[in-house]
Amino acid sequence: MTPTEVWAVILGGMVVTYTTRLSFLLLSHPERLPNFFGRGLRLVAPAALAAILVPQVVVLETGQAEFFGPRPLAAVIAALIGWRTRNAWLAIGAGMIALWVLQTLFPA
Amino acid sequence: MPSRSPTRLREFLGGARDTLPILLGVVPFGLVFGALALEVGLTPFQAQGLSLFVFAGSAQFVAVDLIRQGAAPAVIILTIFIVNLRHVLYSASLAPHVARLPLRWRAVMGWLLTDEAFAVSTPRYRSTDVERGHWYFLGTGLALWTGWQLSTAAGIVFGTRIPESWSLDFALPLTFLAMLVPNLLDRPAWAAAIAGGALSLALRAVPYGFGLVVAVVIAVGIGVTVERISRPKRLPGVTRDPD
Repeated sequence: MTPTEVWAVILGGMVVTYTTRLSFLLLSHPERLPNFFGRGLRLVAPAALAAILVPQVVVLETGQAEFFGPRPLAAVIAALIGWRTRNAWLAIGAGMIALWVLQTLFPA
Repeated sequence: MPSRSPTRLREFLGGARDTLPILLGVVPFGLVFGALALEVGLTPFQAQGLSLFVFAGSAQFVAVDLIRQGAAPAVIILTIFIVNLRHVLYSASLAPHVARLPLRWRAVMGWLLTDEAFAVSTPRYRSTDVERGHWYFLGTGLALWTGWQLSTAAGIVFGTRIPESWSLDFALPLTFLAMLVPNLLDRPAWAAAIAGGALSLALRAVPYGFGLVVAVVIAVGIGVTVERISRPKRLPGVTRDPD
């Protein structure tokens, strides 16, 4: 790919990305959107976060899903600790340590 | 206005502080991106340019992969658009909180509206005193922006010398998990999260994350339905049960 083409990708990518992010922020009266729309908006965060993270935890490099392996188990431990402590540092730290321990105990 | 600036500063620093653990997931991702972009044949300026101007982790990985495959620029730009469509939902979700802010504020917030900035600031916006929520968002967004730029640069300069056995890629889903927990406040939120995870898993073969957008839209619909069922409209004259 020529340097010009790469920069076209970078600037074009910038424009389309900023368009998606800015879109609804430009509305001066978002409360006029239909009612069902407004009710769903607060559910976007939980739905999107789970949709992004679940495949990263469960899907192996082969494309198969594995529900009882080191990664899913470590994720469950991290979720429980995050739930109990409300502390992101502890949740992420516990998840990484759990993964290392499980990978050592059960090498692939 | 000395009486107002401490509130702004407190919100700004609070947002930055709450973002620090999330950087545990962002920084390894940025390191790998910087190193991968050079492997594919981009110059250091082009690699950093993607992080500076596009500023969207997963879209940048897809773009670099397509550059390696020799795809046409227009195809890559369209793909970046599809991968980032979920940001339209974030934008819509944030819009009611920022509609009264000046345009320059909204322009900056749009620039910083990543998955992480949205997820970290959403619980803050739901608390009772959200007068200065945009300062909190700015703290979150700038912390993420700085972390992403520096980790990309470090990946460009040093490459990825992180041993694979450390499994640092797992830090990214863990940070998403840590951001998800404060968002699970009631039954509709749980329903939306469970449906989102299950549908996204089922639709994972759909290319370029388009399945993800479909999964999120359906999951939100399921959450709204659960909300309607669990909180039926009260009939007129019927007093509300104490709860």
